[in-house]
Amino acid sequence: MKVSIYRYNPETDREPYMKEYEVDTGGKDLMVLDVLNLVKEQDDSMGYRRSCREGVCGSDGMNINGKNGLACITPLSATAPGVLEGKKALILRPLPGLPVIRDLVVDMTMFYNQYEKVQPYLQNNTPVPAIERLQSPEDREKIDGLYECILCACCSTSCPSFWWNPDKFLGPAALLQSYRFLADSRDQATDERLGKLDDPFSLFRCRGIMNCVSVCPKGLNPTRAIGHIREMLLERAV
Amino acid sequence: MSIRTVTFDAIVVGGGGAGMRASLQMAQSGFKTALISKVFPTRSHTVSAQGGITCAIASADPNDDWRWHMYDTVKGSDYIGDQDAIEYMCSVGPQTVFELEHMGLPFSRTEEGRIYQRPFGGQSKNFGEGGQAARTCAAADRTGHALLHTLYQQNLKNGTQFYSEWYAAELVTDARGHAAGVIAICIETGETVFFKAKATVFATGGAGRIYSSTTNALINTGDGIGMALRAGVPVQDIEMWQFHPTGIAGAGTLVTEGCRGEGGYLINKDGERFMERYAPNAKDLAGRDVVARSMMMEILDGRGCGPNGDYVYLKLDHLGEEVLHSRLPGICELSKTFAHADPVKEPIPVVPTCHYMMGGIPTNIHGQALRLDGGHQGQAEQIPGLFAVGEVACVSVHGANRLGGNSLLDLVVFGRAAGLYIEDALRQGMDQAEPNSDDMDRAMARLRRWDDSKGGESVASLRKELQSTMQNAFGVFRKGDLMIDGVKKVADLRSRIGEAHLGDKSQAFNTARIEALELDNLLEVAEATAIAAEGRTESRGAHSRYDYPDRDDENWLCHSIFDPKTKQLGKRDVNFKPKTVDTFQPKVRTY
Amino acid sequence: MVTSVTSLGRNGLSDWLVQRVSAVLLAIYTLVVLGWLIAQGEVTYEAWSGFMGCLVMQIANTFMIVAVGAHAWVGLWTVTTDYLTNRQIGAAGTVVRLIAQLVIALLTLVYVLWGLVIIWGGA
Repeated sequence: MKVSIYRYNPETDREPYMKEYEVDTGGKDLMVLDVLNLVKEQDDSMGYRRSCREGVCGSDGMNINGKNGLACITPLSATAPGVLEGKKALILRPLPGLPVIRDLVVDMTMFYNQYEKVQPYLQNNTPVPAIERLQSPEDREKIDGLYECILCACCSTSCPSFWWNPDKFLGPAALLQSYRFLADSRDQATDERLGKLDDPFSLFRCRGIMNCVSVCPKGLNPTRAIGHIREMLLERAV
Repeated sequence: MSIRTVTFDAIVVGGGGAGMRASLQMAQSGFKTALISKVFPTRSHTVSAQGGITCAIASADPNDDWRWHMYDTVKGSDYIGDQDAIEYMCSVGPQTVFELEHMGLPFSRTEEGRIYQRPFGGQSKNFGEGGQAARTCAAADRTGHALLHTLYQQNLKNGTQFYSEWYAAELVTDARGHAAGVIAICIETGETVFFKAKATVFATGGAGRIYSSTTNALINTGDGIGMALRAGVPVQDIEMWQFHPTGIAGAGTLVTEGCRGEGGYLINKDGERFMERYAPNAKDLAGRDVVARSMMMEILDGRGCGPNGDYVYLKLDHLGEEVLHSRLPGICELSKTFAHADPVKEPIPVVPTCHYMMGGIPTNIHGQALRLDGGHQGQAEQIPGLFAVGEVACVSVHGANRLGGNSLLDLVVFGRAAGLYIEDALRQGMDQAEPNSDDMDRAMARLRRWDDSKGGESVASLRKELQSTMQNAFGVFRKGDLMIDGVKKVADLRSRIGEAHLGDKSQAFNTARIEALELDNLLEVAEATAIAAEGRTESRGAHSRYDYPDRDDENWLCHSIFDPKTKQLGKRDVNFKPKTVDTFQPKVRTY
Repeated sequence: MVTSVTSLGRNGLSDWLVQRVSAVLLAIYTLVVLGWLIAQGEVTYEAWSGFMGCLVMQIANTFMIVAVGAHAWVGLWTVTTDYLTNRQIGAAGTVVRLIAQLVIALLTLVYVLWGLVIIWGGA
């Protein structure tokens, strides 16, 4: 099958280009990462990140035939019609909207900065008990669908608001994590957290187009979380 | 050649659970700490741990006792786990787990609001007399993910200095062998820097990638073991590799033991629950080594499933959709993705798959790396400045076979312990080893070798060959002649890898260079494994030989020590002297 | 986390509320006017003028014009901060954005005032 990959090496290339590879998959419905590994056997200069190869570490987010996803859990059959059959090329590009370091590797500093800004850690100043802090299963359930985020950046880099203002708009991933702590019955910094989100950019640049939801490889829903934060802000203000 | 030097009180190499628990401890006390990780920390392999962290917090059973956990762990280790270390881990465990909860780890909960605990293999109440225990604290089936992210978040809060995507290439030691820090490469720019520190903590994880079929991440290349061996540090019990009973056939991805803890079981092609024959009491929750061997015997006896009869099935559908989706949501996802089977409706094809390295750099309970001071059976001495925690270390709490859920506990207990010890030592004043230019040149030699290579075999093909050699000769069942052959093949691979070629010599994010350096480490681990496996002439825990089918307590109730300088296998006494409980004497191990 | 002097609401929630509330007002207004048009059948200048000239509609029109102004300001301010930035158009971004915002603010103000004059001045 044909694979077309975005290549850029800052030491040798003036500008990025697409390079074609011919890969023998034996007709199997491999994962995109397996195909990339086969490409790397041909051409060891091919640069990409990977680690767990099972969709939990979040290393190999990339743009696959126009849609962001994790290479390791995206089978060829799910990329675009005709790719598995070899009628159409598999097209791999780096995640959009972030600076490219090399090939499929992007500089995620801006993404991580936004994550750090939401103070992504539990804040509770009551004296710690001798055992765990108790939490009812119902309260615990409220952070399901939030804590599972793997920071792969597929969502934020598919969000136009994040493309335009990656330094000001927190982006879906960071906002999901912000809500993960707002929704945690053990966290006490609700007011402080909300106070920091109440500007025109950090949260309110979300226009609810739900690109984040449609690409999240873990099936999470940042748009819904953002809606919940907005409700909390409204409740606090009214 | 001089390179840039950065200086810290302590450096931690590796951003998984153990490394980040250690760095957190030191950052909290204000020491200048750097954490060097070849991937962004939350991409470390701890993230893949599923089932949970085993610890007697007395939630599922209010009468649970850490001594029962200790008994299980000693028995699970097939009696070559050090009892003082196991005692420390099991007794400090509850406090360590409560700390994690206080940090925000989103554990699943019981109706009482306490941490949910599920049954795991090898667990018992009342020293094996009281039936199956439920002692594994879980955050659904994503405990490792929850733990790793929580630790990263706490490190952010406490200002740990991260060097993410920096690859530690070599341990720097002075002429006396004292650790002075590491040489590391900034992957993004290719810059090589000397990280100089009074304490160097290896938390580099496992090396499952020496096998072709493994549950391990692609990054698990034994970098810490490789660096240690090249620096002359010995490794202990390195022949002990755990094969997890339930890796998805073909893909190698892990399916947690928690599936069986929740009530799932294994069946052969006749639909028979065969573990009832091999382990009448514990059945599917026997030790992992026992279950893995039983599965292989079913397969070898022609009762495997599938067109080639080369796997068995893990049946879960009887648990019902609700339990599966609330307790094992990640497994449902993984199974659909990698086995094309929805566990709600059909069983998952599974096969024993390389999972965990019980052996590693020998350490005491403070994480201090040890070497033998020349004598046999023996006397170990600390290596000043060098520490190891987590999978790369061999404290040893796992002995010849690790119990499920004990690895996460090992990470946080000993990561914390090393942090505490270093904190204290730094306060009292630790020496900084001062390497001279020869020491630095020695550490840089390997980098230069690859950069100067002009032709030769490719990294990918050599890696594949190494992996299949290990897979064939050092798998679940081992045979003397095959292993002797395997040792030879690995020796041959050593000379060929020494001549191998790195095609891409660019600086910016050169993953080819990293993979080449990783191959060197895989080779070191593979060689030590091969020699140690061939040398241990008995069957114990995960090490199972056709030619020596029985446990030999007379000769081998001891650790093996592989000395990289002589490439010989030595022995070291197992600790049988816990401080607060009576010694658990070796017994016949049945489940 | 982000301070922004040119956002008149100074806070994201109020901007967001202004857009939603003004949109609802405009929707109701549109329905009322459409309803009148349908009920009226044939629309003559006299009828239209009478309808729009009554006190209730004068008040409604006042709300409407203010709502349009507020809605337009928030929306266009957002557009300028998305597209007219240093990141999008280079170093001149800040100046261009300021000028654009000034022009938009002035125009909005003029239109709103002009509208008010039309609504209330024609009696």
